[in-house]
Amino acid sequence: MIKFNEIKRAFLVSIWFMFLTFPIMVIRVNPVERIVEWRWKNMILVGIGSFLLSFVWNYLMKRKELGVKKTEAGEETGTIPLAQRILGEKRIYIPGLVAIGVFTMVFPLIFSMYQTTIMTTALIYVMLGLGLNIVVGLAGLLDLGYVAFYAVGAYAYALLNYHFGLGFWMALPIGGVLGAIFGILLGFPVLRLRGDYLAIVTLGFGEIIRIILENWNEFSFGPSGIANIPRPSLFGIDLSVHSSIIYIYYIMIALCLFTVFVVNRLQDSRIGRAWIALREDEVACEAMGIDKAKTKLTAFSLGATWASMAGVMFAAKTTFVNPASFTIWESIMILCIVVLGGMGSIIGVIAGALVLILTPEYLRAFSEYRMLAFGTMLVVMMIFRPGGFIPNVRRVYKFEGVKSADKS
Amino acid sequence: MLKLKNVQTFYGNIQALKDVTIEISEGEIITLIGANGAGKTTTLMAVCGIVPPRSGEISFMGEPITGMEPDKIVSLGICQVPEGRRIFPYLSVAENLDMGAFLRNDRAEIKKDMEYVFDLFPILAERRHQAGGTLSGGEQQMLAISRALMARPRLLLLDEPSLGLAPLIVKQIFEILIKINAENNTTIFLVEQNANLALKVAARGYVMENGRITLTDLSENLLANEEVKKAYLGF
Ligand SMILES: Nc1ncnc2c1ncn2[C@@H]1O[C@H](COP(=O)(O)OP(=O)(O)OP(=O)(O)O)[C@@H](O)[C@H]1O
Ligand SMILES: [Mg+2]
Repeated sequence: MIKFNEIKRAFLVSIWFMFLTFPIMVIRVNPVERIVEWRWKNMILVGIGSFLLSFVWNYLMKRKELGVKKTEAGEETGTIPLAQRILGEKRIYIPGLVAIGVFTMVFPLIFSMYQTTIMTTALIYVMLGLGLNIVVGLAGLLDLGYVAFYAVGAYAYALLNYHFGLGFWMALPIGGVLGAIFGILLGFPVLRLRGDYLAIVTLGFGEIIRIILENWNEFSFGPSGIANIPRPSLFGIDLSVHSSIIYIYYIMIALCLFTVFVVNRLQDSRIGRAWIALREDEVACEAMGIDKAKTKLTAFSLGATWASMAGVMFAAKTTFVNPASFTIWESIMILCIVVLGGMGSIIGVIAGALVLILTPEYLRAFSEYRMLAFGTMLVVMMIFRPGGFIPNVRRVYKFEGVKSADKS
Repeated sequence: MLKLKNVQTFYGNIQALKDVTIEISEGEIITLIGANGAGKTTTLMAVCGIVPPRSGEISFMGEPITGMEPDKIVSLGICQVPEGRRIFPYLSVAENLDMGAFLRNDRAEIKKDMEYVFDLFPILAERRHQAGGTLSGGEQQMLAISRALMARPRLLLLDEPSLGLAPLIVKQIFEILIKINAENNTTIFLVEQNANLALKVAARGYVMENGRITLTDLSENLLANEEVKKAYLGF
């Protein structure tokens, strides 16, 4: 039932929007013919558009409030999000998993090279997102310089190959170890910081690494970067461009699976719980004998390891690295993946990466409005789904063998 | 067992502890009472190494622990139940308990200790899979004490365990403290606002005022002391 009030409100909103956009949407000065065009049609479109949008918005807000009220009243509501319920249901879950598995395996065989390349990029971001998820989602350390470790990996492969002719498979573990070392090096000075201070300092570190790469010509070849990085070889055989794109895709799938496995194990481990505990209460952690510095550094360096391996992968995929690929926007993008996807939730982060990386690719036509759409999405998401696409529902650690409550 | 000698602690320029000297022997229950802001919490933080003293000495079992890292101190057998409980709200009860045993790796023994605290506080066994933050205040206090016990402390530091709890629950918790002390010979250092109750449980007491220990005596003497009566017991 639509109330008069709502119509009035939407109407006022549309008037307001017509007024606001009047100068840019309606008036156009044509300097050649020296006339002013009045595009009234635009005004009507804006009016109708904002009227409808305001309607939808109000409707959604009302539903949200109703939901909150219902929960407060203690009524039975579907508080468990749909995605979680699906995951809980074995009958849907297993065939779904198989379907997704088959789809990802045959993806490069049915789709074009272009699609496969895009998918590989998305998978790299899945890996980056999962890595950052350790630092931000689990340990609660807001790291805005995460891209620095991505750069470390990419340059590690590029330089090791340039100077020593090392191949991809050698560079991957070396890159990971270097990432961990850099994570510890950059982690040390920021151990005492929290929240916004930590964010600002890590942001600074990220930029420092990029500026070093840009300016230290002897070391990193400056802004022109390093080209002709070899793609991964298959048992020493060099593949054609076509088959190596497919090959890289499969390597990425394997790496993502590996990442998911490790992150999953970490989440359920004692160190994973210590990260969560540290995020919640540092003093209590200290009183329990949890070494604050060590625990934070572990999170930092583990996160950095994944970023760095993703960097090696990135260098191998594009065969070219330069500092322009490692700007602050990259860090923010990865952070958005984690936040939008659902902090601390593995599936959420995967979904976040796929949505945020793939959508812009397929909406190339609207690329001018990309940032606008991005911003809108962030705002809308944070209002309606503050926990992310697929929020984290923590699995609780069960202690087998401890006698159960009803027996005691 | 625990000795504090002329401990001075500062927060920036503010001196919170002035020449604090306290001695506890093994198996004792002693209490530290004092008004708000006297420096009781700071004393416990100094013992735990979370707020290390600027000067003075702290030793545990004859070994100096001044300036040691908090995790080293916990590994020696000192564990604190911090003021305001400070349990981990998003971890379940069982996970909170496991965090208490963070420095231990003997799984079988940890399991045994978990059973032990579930015996002490059966309500926790019922709530074991519930998030810590959803427990009631009293249950949270029980969880905080149990979590500290999971570290198998030889010295248990308690900071105002009665804070905000109904008298009946407070009584229950204090009874269990006595039980823990008797069964495991765990030394207990109890900081309390509720001086009346604390002095009934403890054998000896220290009175703190503005960062200084002003009085120390056997509990029964303190309970009879006119000054203490006026200032802390409310009659
Ligand atoms: N982190 C801090 N920074 C600065 N000053 C502090 C800090 N913590 C405590 N203080 C100050 O140190 C003094 C002692 O505080 P403390 O917390 O030890 O008191 P308390 O005896 O535990 O009091 P209460 O019974 O209210 O808990 C107080 O004056 C307090 O303001
Ligand atoms: Mg206090």
